[in-house]
Amino acid sequence: MADQISALEIKDITKQFPGVLANDKVSLNLKKGEIHALLGENGAGKTTLMNMVYGLYHPDHGQIFVNGQEAHIKEPTDAINLGIGMVHQHFMLIPVFTVAENIVLGNETIKGLQLDRRAASQRIRELSQQFGLEIDPNAMTGELPVGVQQRVEIIKALYRHCNVLILDEPTAVLTPQEADDLFRIMRELTQRGVSIIFISHKLKEVLAIADRITVLRGGRVVGETTPQTSDEHSLAAMMVGREVLLTVEKEKAQPKEVVLHVEGLRVKDKREHEAVAGVMLEVRAGEVLGIAGVQGNGQTELVEALTGLTHSFGGKMILAGQDVTNATPRRLVDAGIAHVPEDRHQFGMIKSYPIADNMILNTYHQEPYARRRTMNNKAIEEHAKRLVAQYDVRTPSVYTKGEALSGGNQQKMVVAREFSRPIKLLIAAQPTRGLDVGSIEFIHKRIIEQRDAGAAVLLVSAELDEVMSVSDRIAVMYRGKIIATVEAKTATREQLGLLMAGITPEQVAQK
Amino acid sequence: MAKATVVIPPSAPKPNRFSGLGQKILVPILAVFTALVIGGLIILISGGNPLEAYRGLIEGAFGTTKAISETFIWATPYIFAGLAVAIAFKGGLFNIGAEGQLALGALAAAWLGYGLPRMLDTTIPAIIHVPLVVIGGALAGGLWGAIPGWLKARTGAHEVINTIMMNYIALGLVSFLLNGPMKDPSPTNVIARTPSIAETAHIGTIFANPALRVHWGTLLALIVAFLIWWLLWKTTVGFEIRTVGTSSGAARYAGINVGRTIVLTMFLSGGLAGLAGAVEVAGLNYRHELSFALGYGFDAIAIALLGRTHPFGVVLASILFGAMRSGATRMQFLTQIPVDIISVVQALILLFVAADEIIRYVYRIRAPKEEVIMTRGWGG
Repeated sequence: MADQISALEIKDITKQFPGVLANDKVSLNLKKGEIHALLGENGAGKTTLMNMVYGLYHPDHGQIFVNGQEAHIKEPTDAINLGIGMVHQHFMLIPVFTVAENIVLGNETIKGLQLDRRAASQRIRELSQQFGLEIDPNAMTGELPVGVQQRVEIIKALYRHCNVLILDEPTAVLTPQEADDLFRIMRELTQRGVSIIFISHKLKEVLAIADRITVLRGGRVVGETTPQTSDEHSLAAMMVGREVLLTVEKEKAQPKEVVLHVEGLRVKDKREHEAVAGVMLEVRAGEVLGIAGVQGNGQTELVEALTGLTHSFGGKMILAGQDVTNATPRRLVDAGIAHVPEDRHQFGMIKSYPIADNMILNTYHQEPYARRRTMNNKAIEEHAKRLVAQYDVRTPSVYTKGEALSGGNQQKMVVAREFSRPIKLLIAAQPTRGLDVGSIEFIHKRIIEQRDAGAAVLLVSAELDEVMSVSDRIAVMYRGKIIATVEAKTATREQLGLLMAGITPEQVAQK
Repeated sequence: MAKATVVIPPSAPKPNRFSGLGQKILVPILAVFTALVIGGLIILISGGNPLEAYRGLIEGAFGTTKAISETFIWATPYIFAGLAVAIAFKGGLFNIGAEGQLALGALAAAWLGYGLPRMLDTTIPAIIHVPLVVIGGALAGGLWGAIPGWLKARTGAHEVINTIMMNYIALGLVSFLLNGPMKDPSPTNVIARTPSIAETAHIGTIFANPALRVHWGTLLALIVAFLIWWLLWKTTVGFEIRTVGTSSGAARYAGINVGRTIVLTMFLSGGLAGLAGAVEVAGLNYRHELSFALGYGFDAIAIALLGRTHPFGVVLASILFGAMRSGATRMQFLTQIPVDIISVVQALILLFVAADEIIRYVYRIRAPKEEVIMTRGWGG
């Protein structure tokens, strides 16, 4: 009888933000002990909906029921008291605290004036045994792998007696193996009566783990289904609203001369740690070299060094026969490098600039945009108009500010700028991060176009699917080194997953 | 984190290069209005008649041709110094050092005005002497401003701290020189001031009427405001300054030499402040005196903010501040309300412009705000 009552029920929730209806009469029913996937593209309203359940936003209309009782959740404390826990995309952990300190933070057991560490550790051990979540309460959080940090977040929620757990894009930062581990934990949790909302835009995962799937598009529920009655194609079509190509169509690569040659490159990160520890790679004209790897294994620093944004302290970089080690970004752009940066807001665009100015961000000094240091507004405007049309950037005008565009259109703007000049080498870092399926398809096509036009392409992505479908060869980066390079055609997810975790075939053979 | 897509309604007017102008002007105007209303309340509480006070203020500022001339006399250094702070803001830098740069500019101009002819033992023709004095003053201010710029570019030392420190050094140096080596040696002089500059170094007045003191320096200020606008929005140098000021990451990506641009911006900023001092010396006071020009560099911050860091906005804000300064005396004469009330109003204006959320809340302005990046975090 009790099982008939939903753990969490959302009824007709509507949330309006200035200029956008984020949620439009969204209903969702989470049964006790189930894993309910909330699937949708970025901007579909998934996170907004969950933030309302967690008390970070307040709905304009609609009701939320927890265990059959209407709940008025004003702030996260209310949600926590109702047994709702949330693990955000970006962990809210303090790196210099121990696991136990992080878990009890905000909910400390006090003995006199001191934190009762023993009681806390005791409770954490109990929880980790009960749910099969191995963890050392005394480990320093910042030193743990990302997958384990995520476990800390989950235990933190359990420590607060949560029975509804919201996981917001939990696999984005994990290796495939770590993701499998997470799925095992999720199943364990549901067997102990915890109900889980799993937010994702990855179709494979949703099909693998969910009991039921609710699909959101443009703030509305477009359907509810189960993994048994759907497949990747039908889910993708529901998400996007039309048929989409899930694989990238491309001819076999015709590699020519070596364009980029990198040897023994060493780069420090912002904390002066050696993040790139002697990378050797070669990219030929007419091929895509993909770099796979879990985030934070030196990819960011590698790309920054190759594009002149940071200095390397060892090794060589040769572009089309010229030594360009530690050249300035200006010189590299003039030498024919295009760079789609990982963080478009930090590097790739200026939000307060109109599209027209963003389209010439790194070529503003060249003719015809400037002549003897005087800007030519007419040429700039025409250039922007042409690119906006050619790359289908949805905007009312080329004088609209960059910040007024959606993420997908901002990225198209960056891609348009970088792809619209003659280039020898294209460096694309996370080129489709945070984009919807339609934009991803578009950008992948353009990357292949550049390859076929004779550019060498270096693609860095944390999305294994992307690396596998776009690349011709795949290099796996682990702890600052390329530990293996494989042909994309013959590579498997399992093989790459092991490599991403630092396990080379030799090590497997030894075992 | 809301990751909502901004949907632009199809009926919205298409933005062009001039979009958002009304919005930009609205907040400063309401800030001035609100400050005047509150200033009026203070006058009322202290037993005065605010309407009469403000009538006196307006009369004193614009009532006669002489009044207008005096308003522009006040506005001239404000324009230069306001531009100095504004161009630094555009470059993402908070130049609090305009005061010191201005004092050094004035000092250099004064020396070039009286000392150089003596040293060369000749009269320099006005056509050379005037530009020499003006440019020399600008250079002195510019170099003084470039030092904290260089420190920031080289070591990351924050310009707010360093420009404040450079103020102390500059003002101490000026005080020493005016009391010592550069002191007017005439036996009747007891104050810290330089000798008078040579007549060949004087910037002429615009009108023949000796009551109208307004000089060609005022016109120069307007021309310089236009040039700064042109530099910022029509040249690659301006693009570089603005890009560095908005995002140093994007600037590096764009291939801009960020360090060099910071030094250049601070040089231009200091140069404009130096120009303010030089024009005061050559156009109005014909010497530099310790008590002259005190506080211009700080008022300039208020003016730059009120003018939304736009050169034309700075001109309008300078005329407003000039009018308040020059009208205040008349107001005090007519209504016995002390001129200090004007400082209160000016402070209120600065408060409302800097904390424009207050204005947006009071007047229910919904449109998105345009950020003025005053300065970035320490070491940023």
